[in-house]
Amino acid sequence: MTSDGWPLWEVFVRSRRGLSHTHAGSLHAPDAEMALRNARDLYTRRSEGVSIWVVPSTEITASSPDEKDPFFEPAADKPYRHPTFYDIPEGVKHL
Amino acid sequence: MSSTPDTHETATFTGAALALGDDALILSHRLGEWAGSAPVLEEEVALANIALDLLGQARILLSLVGDEDELAYLREERSFRNVQLAEQPNGDFAHTIARQLYFSTYQHLLYGRLASGDGPFAGLAAKAVKEVAYHRDHAEHWTLRLGDGTTESHERMQRACDALWRYTGELFQPVEGLDVDHAAMESAWLASMTDILGKATLTVPSGPRTGAWAAGAGRQGLHTESFGRMIAEMQHLHRSHPGATW
Repeated sequence: MTSDGWPLWEVFVRSRRGLSHTHAGSLHAPDAEMALRNARDLYTRRSEGVSIWVVPSTEITASSPDEKDPFFEPAADKPYRHPTFYDIPEGVKHL
Repeated sequence: MSSTPDTHETATFTGAALALGDDALILSHRLGEWAGSAPVLEEEVALANIALDLLGQARILLSLVGDEDELAYLREERSFRNVQLAEQPNGDFAHTIARQLYFSTYQHLLYGRLASGDGPFAGLAAKAVKEVAYHRDHAEHWTLRLGDGTTESHERMQRACDALWRYTGELFQPVEGLDVDHAAMESAWLASMTDILGKATLTVPSGPRTGAWAAGAGRQGLHTESFGRMIAEMQHLHRSHPGATW
């Protein structure tokens, strides 16, 4: 048995309630159920998570590095778009 | 020779702790043998994780009745009290999974009962039962996929289930000091096997599990041929360099 032909999965882990799932890495697995279990063993063994998502890597559409400038450059010189003009209330930790 | 109730109680407790601890230690070592040669990297980590869970259980249990290193590294073959199923060689991946399915289902039933009792192992069992539930789940998922997979994986999984069946009767021999209903555990175990193997399109093996043609006297210190080589490898470093640390 080899992993040839096993699809690649992207793993997202939520570390605590209230936080978003964050990309943790990727792995090979024959199906979604096994991918979840492999993700548990690879990425949450040291209490890193309370919830896991696995997504087939082929289902992810990524922006291209070639399009970096048209995509992201225009945002740099528009400070009024950034929420810096009011105080963040105490207790809001993850804005 | 007569013994006072106190020393009898101690001997009973020691025997039970060694039985549970040796099961965990020996199966942990077997699973550790996959490191570097598992079929895929993800599965290697999964097997190593199970091995480390079991090693953690073994350390606690052996430390209850003596020095864990002395017990693990300096006992002779005949002093080990693990069931023979735990020491069976890894074989192919299907054998490893069948061994794990048989053992983890048994261990899950046992620790669940110990955890709900008030015996000396209740605390440890309550913690370990969650680990063991995952081991069982892992073995179940692989059993389903191998059994209901390709023609070859089905054949290999069936062969593995058949080959290890004769070691499963021993799991339910009463152990003095473990206050559980072994007969009830055995029926639950058999029902569970019928269910899982059925779902995996496998046949429940029909070979003997008890009696003259079955195996199993590990709890009395009698072990199978490959066990001597296994503990030689497990113990040689400590015996060659006593007290070595790193």
